[in-house]
Formats: sequence, C-alpha cells, structure tokens
Amino acid sequence: MWEGESLLYVLRERMGLPGSKNACEQGECGSCTVRLDGVPVCSCLVAAGQVEGREVVTVEGLADFAKNRSCGGHEGGACGTSLQEAQGWFRQGHRLADRRGRHLPACDARAIQQAFIDAGAVQCGFCTPGLLVASDELLERNPNPSDADIREALSGNLCRCTGYEKIMDAVRLAAARQSEPEGV
Amino acid sequence: MWHEDMLWGQILRSTVAHAEIVSIDTSEALATSGVYAVLTYEDLPTEVKNYGLEIQDTPVLAHGKVRHHGEPVALVAADHPETARRAAAKIKVEYKELPVITDEASATAPDAVLVHENRDDHHSGHVPHPNIVPRQPIIRGDVAKARERADVIVEGEYTFGMQDQAFLGPESGLAVPSEDGGVDLYVATQWLHSDLKQIAPVLGLPEDKVRMTLSGVGGAFGGREDLSMQIHACLLALRTGKPVKIVYNRFESFFGHVHRHPAKLYYEHGATKDGKLTHMKCKIVLDGGAYASASPAVVGNASSLSVGPYVIDDVDIEAIALYSNNPPCGAMRGFGAVQACFAYEAQMDKLADKLGMDRVEFRRLNAMEQGTIMPTGQPVDSTAPVAELLRRIKAMPLPPERQWESSEGADVRQLPGGSVQHHARRGRRPRCRLRGRHQETSASRGLRRLLHRQGAHGGHRRRARRHRAHGHGGGRPGRCHRPRADRPHRARRPPGDDPPRRHPGGLGRFDVRVASDVRHRRRRQERLRAGAREGPGDRPPQDGHVPPGVGDRRTPAGGGKVVTDGGEVLADIVDVLEDEVVELEEEWRHRPTEAFDLTTGQGNGHVQYSFAAHRAVVEVDTELGLVKVIELACAQDVGKALNPLSVIGQIQGGTTQGLGVAVMEEIIVDPKDREGAQPLLHGLSDPHHPRHPDHPGRCARTRRPARPVRAARHRRGPHPVVHPGRPRGDPERDRAGAQQDPGTARAPDGFVTENRLGAASPGPRSSGRCAARGAPVRPPSRTARSLPAPSPG
Repeated sequence: MWEGESLLYVLRERMGLPGSKNACEQGECGSCTVRLDGVPVCSCLVAAGQVEGREVVTVEGLADFAKNRSCGGHEGGACGTSLQEAQGWFRQGHRLADRRGRHLPACDARAIQQAFIDAGAVQCGFCTPGLLVASDELLERNPNPSDADIREALSGNLCRCTGYEKIMDAVRLAAARQSEPEGV
Repeated sequence: MWHEDMLWGQILRSTVAHAEIVSIDTSEALATSGVYAVLTYEDLPTEVKNYGLEIQDTPVLAHGKVRHHGEPVALVAADHPETARRAAAKIKVEYKELPVITDEASATAPDAVLVHENRDDHHSGHVPHPNIVPRQPIIRGDVAKARERADVIVEGEYTFGMQDQAFLGPESGLAVPSEDGGVDLYVATQWLHSDLKQIAPVLGLPEDKVRMTLSGVGGAFGGREDLSMQIHACLLALRTGKPVKIVYNRFESFFGHVHRHPAKLYYEHGATKDGKLTHMKCKIVLDGGAYASASPAVVGNASSLSVGPYVIDDVDIEAIALYSNNPPCGAMRGFGAVQACFAYEAQMDKLADKLGMDRVEFRRLNAMEQGTIMPTGQPVDSTAPVAELLRRIKAMPLPPERQWESSEGADVRQLPGGSVQHHARRGRRPRCRLRGRHQETSASRGLRRLLHRQGAHGGHRRRARRHRAHGHGGGRPGRCHRPRADRPHRARRPPGDDPPRRHPGGLGRFDVRVASDVRHRRRRQERLRAGAREGPGDRPPQDGHVPPGVGDRRTPAGGGKVVTDGGEVLADIVDVLEDEVVELEEEWRHRPTEAFDLTTGQGNGHVQYSFAAHRAVVEVDTELGLVKVIELACAQDVGKALNPLSVIGQIQGGTTQGLGVAVMEEIIVDPKDREGAQPLLHGLSDPHHPRHPDHPGRCARTRRPARPVRAARHRRGPHPVVHPGRPRGDPERDRAGAQQDPGTARAPDGFVTENRLGAASPGPRSSGRCAARGAPVRPPSRTARSLPAPSPG
C-alpha cells in the first residue's frame, strides 16, 4: 500500500465503500464528503494515514448515525456500523427509494436520504452522497436553518444537474420533518 | 468498480497543441516495476486506427502529429494508479512544433497549415477551405430588397466562449477480457450503441464480442456522446489479459471530452418603424477544434435556428465550423442553438431600443406562431406559444427591492459579491429562445419499439420490456432513471438485436421513448374502457377498439379499479382482464427529417420545435463590478408533463448551467501561450462553476402554458436548456440598457456613489475578456476566481 493514498481511495478501492464519490480529487466539489471525528471533510484531501485511530462516518453509515442520534444514542459520535453492513447499505437504500410514500419507522423517515428522494433532489446522483453528509451535519448543528444558512453550508458541494433548487427543498423538508413531534 | 487482479490505465497526453511527433521512447516506462504494458500508435491491432461520431478523423493514439493540447499519445497499464501515472511521465516524446491555428483568420488564410491533410469525408467536397469542417448556408427571400424597407438597421458582432459540461462523474470504465477473445466493458457513457460501432472496428473484434454495460452516468450534458477512455481501456485489457480500469481525474477530464463550441457571430437585422422585422443577415463561425465530433450537427442547428423564435421572411445565413488546434468541441446542451440565441436576443434589445419600443413588446410583435415558415422552409406545424410565454414571463412579479435586508439588518451574503463575485448589471432581460431537433439522416429505419406487456394482476400492470440500451441510461420511460454509479446497470444489447439508428444530438431517443409510452398508455386505456363497458367479468374485445361515444364515461383509475367519472367503482381491473395476458408489439417512428440543401439550406431538418422565455434579475455593485443574480424566471412550453418533478428539475438544472455560461463559466484558451493553444484550466473552481450561493436566492419559477398541447407531438426534450443570454457579452448593450432604464440598476446603499455603468469602457473586444464583460473598475473575474472556495461546513 502506497502511503500517499487518500482516505477516499482507501474507502473506495480498498474497503469497498464506493458511496463517497471522486468527482474532482482536489477538494472542490464536495462529492467525497465524510465526517472525520464529526467534522465534515473532503476525504480526497485527507491522507489515509491521518485517519489512524479516528472515527469516520461515510454516507453508507449515515442512516445508522442519524438513527442513533435521534434515538438518543451517542452524541455526534460514530455508531459503529460494521464494514459489512456498510458495504451492504446500497440495497437497503434502494428499497427505501422503491417504497416512496410508504412510512418507514419514525427514525428512518426523518432521514435526510428520504427527503432528497421525496423532493426530487437527485438527478445523476453523483453529488448526492456528499450533499447528504453535509446536509445531515448542517441539520445536526442547526435544526432550523435559514435559506442563507443552507446555501452557505452546502457551498462546498457542487451539483451540475439539479440547479440546487430541489436540494434546497430537500434540506428544508428534512428540517421540517425533524422538527415534527416523534411518531408523526 | 473493482475486479480481481485489476490493473489501472493511464493516458499520456500531448503537452503541445500542434506538432509533429519526432520520436517516442517508452523503454524507461516499460522498465518500471509494476508496469504491465505501454502502448503507442504502433501497437494498434488493426488497420482501423481512427474513430469519430460522424467523421472518423480522431486517432485512437496520435500518429505522426498531435493536433490539440491534451491529445492521447500513449497508454500505460500498471498495478496501482500512482505507478501508472509515474510510468506515463517517464515516456519521452520529442515534438517538433508546427504553426498553431486558433481562429477563423489563421484557419482560412490561403497559406494556412492544414489541420487535417487529405480530407475525404462527405463535407470536404463543398467547403471553401480544408480547415472548415462543414458549411451550411440558408437563403430565403430577398434580403437586398427587404433591406430597402427597413427604417432601422442594427449590426452586431458577438463572441461566445467555450463552456465545459463539467459533469461531476469523471470519465471512467473497466474493461475485462473474456475467454472468447472479446471484452466486457463497464463504462459511464451516454450512447452505448454509438460507442460500440466505433470501438469494435479499432479492436478488430466483431460487435458481439464487445459487450458493453452501462455502469452509471454521473451527468453528461452531451459530453459523453463521444468516446473517451473506452477504446484505451479495451486495448490495455486485451494486451495484458487482465481487467483494466481507467478513471480520469478532473484535470484530465477537461481534456478528455469535447466542449461547447465557442463562436463569433456577425448579425444584421432590419425593422420598420412600426416594429416589424424586415430581414436578417448573419454569419456564425464556430470553432470545432482539432476533430470534427458533432460539429456538422451543431452547424446545422446554429444555422437553422439562427433567427430565433421570430418571424423573418428574408434571410441570408451562413454557419461554418472550423478545424483548429483548440480543444475539440462537440455536443453540449443546446448544441448550436445557444450561441445563436445569445446574438439574436442582443440584436432584439438593440432594435427595440433604437425604435423606442418596449423590449418585450417588440419581441411579442414579431413572435413566431403556429404556421410560421422557418428560414429552412419548414412550417412550424405544432403549438408555438411564443407570445404567450413572453406575456407570462413579463407578468411574473419582480422580487422585492433591497432583498439583502432582513429584520436583523443587512445580510452580507445577499449582497453582490457576498458569496460570489462577477460582473454585470441589474436589469430585466426577458428573452425567448428556440430549440429544434436536428436530424441529418432520414428516419426511414426508424427506432423500433418492442414492447411486451403482460396482463394486469392485482392492479399492477407488469411490463417487461426488452431492455434496450438507450443512450440516456437505458431508463424506463417517463421516470427519472438514475443509474447508480459503482453498480453496473445491465443494459446489454441482446445479440442479433437491430442496430439502433443514429440520432444526432441525443434528443430523438428520449422523445421517441416518451411518445411511445403515451401511445402505449392510450391503447391500454382504450382496452380497459372497452372492458368496463362490457361490465365486470366480461372479457375485453380482442382488438381493443372503442366505438366513438361509447365508454367515455367510464375511465380506469388508479388503485386497480375501473371507475366512472363520478368515482363509482365498477370493477377491479384484475376481474376485467381475468387471466388474460395481453401481448402487444408496436412500432413507432417519428416523422422523417431530411438534410438541408447544401446551397439554399432548405429542408425539413427538424422533427419539431420547443420554446422558452427567460427573465433574469441581477444586482450589481457598480463600484466593484460584483454581481448577484437575484432571480431567474423561466416560462417554457413543455407540452404535457409526464413526470412534472423531472420536468422542473431539468428546467432548473438547465437554467443554472445557463447562469453559468452567462456570468462565470468559460474555458479560456490562450493562443499566446508558449506551448500553443493551451486551455487555462485548474479545476471546478477555475473556471468557476455555479455553486449554491451563486444560485438565485429566489427560485427559478417555471410555468407551463395553461392550454393543453398535444402530448405526443409536443414533448419536453431532455434538454429544456434554457440559457438566459449573457449579460456580460456586450458592453454596448449594458450601456444602452443603463441609459434606457436606469431604474433597474439597483445597488445597495453605501456601495454606490454613482452609476458608473454608463462609463464602462468596452475597449476593443479582441483585447481581452475583461473589457468584454463591461467591468468598470476592477475587471478580472480572475480575482474572484482565485478566492478560496468555501469548504463544506
């Protein structure tokens, strides 16, 4: 293993977690955003060696992470999604997509992923994983963001297809669902 | 994508724009540990060494000379991407530089160096110079005579920059050699069938031994119509006998696909005192770069749509595309129509101002409508609600003044330059643009639709369709299909299937698919109505025919029930159809199109036309020249929206790319660079691409005409790209606008001491782009670009 490999390369090519995307590999597009000890970072700019002993949340573990948080799990910490579970996340996500309109368990229904699907904020889908991680972090920090807050928080994430409007809708929707009382 | 024993491919690209290759030395690269193969032109397996969408002029690997900066010269396969990169850097290529062709003057000079010698393509016989790819004149009416009737005449020269698609998923693919000597290619592409036709001959394999699987697209916008790494990965895989993966990085991606044609446009319009257009003359020079790609089709669109959605009976049009040593240009959203739109809309503004008329009213007065004859002689025979779109866009309420103010004071993020900094002025610019669908080949072969449908069970109609690999991702009709990257989407073409016909521009495919679905649905409805008429339990008539006036009251509804208009449930669909399995094979062709005449440009070259109108509200700090786009509004005739969410998403996405080309995106090719026509590129921030804060704080509202239009004939194409023209291109227009309507030039208090837009010095347009942007004080958007981009969070 070459010591110059980035966290992104290790996640995608060595660990089989292709959720984080490599759209620019120079920290400009935000498609590879992961949370490193709770802080959103471009994983293409993090050397893999720097991650030794630290917690990483990728988009594959985001649903678990959000569920733990909203159900009173650890605060801001990773929830220990196993590698195998993370690699199998895709199928779960696909089912989520196919069940549009069906209510999922309370914790999941508020997942940012569902909001993106419902709002039509996904077109080619390449920017989506990074936006999900960044949006989730924004909503954790600021449950009721203004439009300007959303724009600012997501300004590091480039999207070429949607024109951003539906992404704004998705984050607003997720925020609104988050503020709904439990069980609704 | 990953495969056991997989190698990584790397492409060595030329560092000069135009040069003879004196020698290539690969020995050091080959000796590198971990390198499995190094390929050059000499290693190509067959006599077919070129490919191309329409003209096979693009070498797989450079032979003898390179024609643009970044042209592939050699390939390396190694066990790690970094090893491959370093090995590629060890290949020594000796170049002998040649004079560089960068514009019309240098391309068409009598003693100009030829970019392609010995051309024998089908355009070469009727172009005035071998450095012109195609030439398309369109002549209709008598311009000289009509010119005499004109009370005002305006002329303009416009320059349009090179835009990059900048799709987010870089070009990538995995080629796996198979036991039968063929290859399986998993690739992100827009057009599997066209790719296959170009790949197989170069590999020396029959088409059924090159099996292609679409593995997600990651955005395309036309940029994946041409081949990128497909052949290279296959060559390496077949040579090494191991799977080879190639993934471009962002920098390479800018060199690895075609861009939007930059253009020079010369226009002359005339109008009478009462505001009627008399004539139009124009010459459109598109720079196609080193290889033809889709240039002929782009020229066809630019010429045939050069009048815009306005009625002008007397026209003299000429459009050409050049061969040059700039980066190759080809398909991108709009496809020739966008460049022309920029110029003719600027001309409309100038004419209205000169006549003292309202800019929108002037456009409405000349708006095209159903029955108008295009310059190509083709009648507009379906709905053309241009005037209505203009009325709607004008009627939309303007965003509030002083939008940066909130109850807590001024929000600096909402000020011009608060998040992004560019140059223009505030003003309302309603404009309307026209899109057509260009088809060069006749549709005689058509696109055969094979639909296989099974009967209804439990209210769910299962439909198995023979899965054909459509260019746009092989998606199901009427749905937003999103292939997931990293998970191969099986869209393999069955052996023996009819080869698909070529559709220039990527529009026809989607449209045909949607239309077919509409027809299909109608048939289904007819069948169910017939079933309902006969009552529960009765079998529907086999021919599905509905006598007029019968069964109208009973319509099938959702939830698997057949109900009356009043909502009364008559039966379950499953009872109506019982166990019947309905199989239906249907063939549908759009109407044929024909090539434009080579001297008069006459011919029905388009399937149909679609229309959109735009209004941009822009705020400018006139001292600093910083811009904030406050609102983009769009009214577009989309016909019947089969998937409204997708329609709106496409309009919003297209509009944002229009915003990009209007105020920020441009690949600047520097002809004075020591190494020739080198694109000045750094990444997604330079040239800057629109980000969240660049997008208007108010949404791009979209409307559709209230009146129904025929769904099957008037569909939303995949590119409702609605580019608002560029406020930056024409300083005179800005200046005229500022004088004409100073009230629209708003600026925040404390930022403006005087309106200095009127003092903007345009300067000679050729001297630099900053001047062309009408920047009064601090020109360069480069300054803005060099600011660090905010990082996530």
